[in-house]
Amino acid sequence: MVVRLRAEVLDPQGVTIGKALEHLGYDNVASLRQGKVFDVELQTDDPAQAERELTAMAKALLANTVTETFEVRVLPESGDD
Amino acid sequence: MRVGVVYYPGSNCEQDAVWACQAVGLEAETIWHKRSTLQGYDALILAGGFSYGDHLRCGAIARFSPVMAAVERFAADGGLVLGICNGFQVLTEMGMLPGALLANAGLKFRCQDLLMRVERNDSPYTNACDPGQVLRMNMAHYQGNYFADPETVAQLEENGQVVMRFCGPQGERAPRFNPNGSIHDIAAISDPSGRIMGLMPHPERVMDPALGSVDGRFLFESLRDAIAARQSPEAVSVAVLPQQV
Repeated sequence: MVVRLRAEVLDPQGVTIGKALEHLGYDNVASLRQGKVFDVELQTDDPAQAERELTAMAKALLANTVTETFEVRVLPESGDD
Repeated sequence: MRVGVVYYPGSNCEQDAVWACQAVGLEAETIWHKRSTLQGYDALILAGGFSYGDHLRCGAIARFSPVMAAVERFAADGGLVLGICNGFQVLTEMGMLPGALLANAGLKFRCQDLLMRVERNDSPYTNACDPGQVLRMNMAHYQGNYFADPETVAQLEENGQVVMRFCGPQGERAPRFNPNGSIHDIAAISDPSGRIMGLMPHPERVMDPALGSVDGRFLFESLRDAIAARQSPEAVSVAVLPQQV
């Protein structure tokens, strides 16, 4: 799950990080915004159920929808643990 | 007249809040977040600090503490609830107050004195203040930058829910007097009834001349008088904001 600050919310951390990249010589950085990633392992094989549960989790706790948006991606078990 | 001060793992201002209540003649005691019933309280304070280490977002985990369902019932039944600093963050996370607290505009944890202007002196927390009175407070936070979408901010202003604003020595507004970047210089907001209020500054830390200011007393004396007014039926209106027309 990816949680991002809403576009209308200023992200001073992102601005600072973007400036640091500029200082390193990456001149093409037009903007940078920082977000959060939650890797959640669910005990289900049903992608639809997984998406429902993750969406509920985002609304209940993982994102504050006043300031953040969230995006749920359901991936099959990677097996590389 | 008894005040309960709710605290969580990581809170650090609960004893100061108890002491501040007692300093103005209120009875007060701490309430551990595991409690699920609240009886015999005339007002509740959600204490400042760093509940659950500020993990995820400030106040996001505290919101699910067992005591919070009882706090919501207490508020729904018309109780007075004051959230200070982290307590304000908890109230917004719960949706008991609108908006959210973002990282300070300068990305610094700021521990300093500040000035704020009383926008309404008819709330349970400001009735001992003069209109427009400038109070010297203390702040200590990283995430106190009040944010809400433009419609919500307009509504707050229209309803008179902005109780206090950051200001200069004469009560004047300017970006340099806003220590955290809060929208509209907001320092304290209430719900539409005025009974639930949140603020980032710490009134409980400015109760003694040795600490640089005694202006916190105005808020705690207001709370004391509001509780007293609510207990004498003919004066109940003092404790509830009249709706602005």
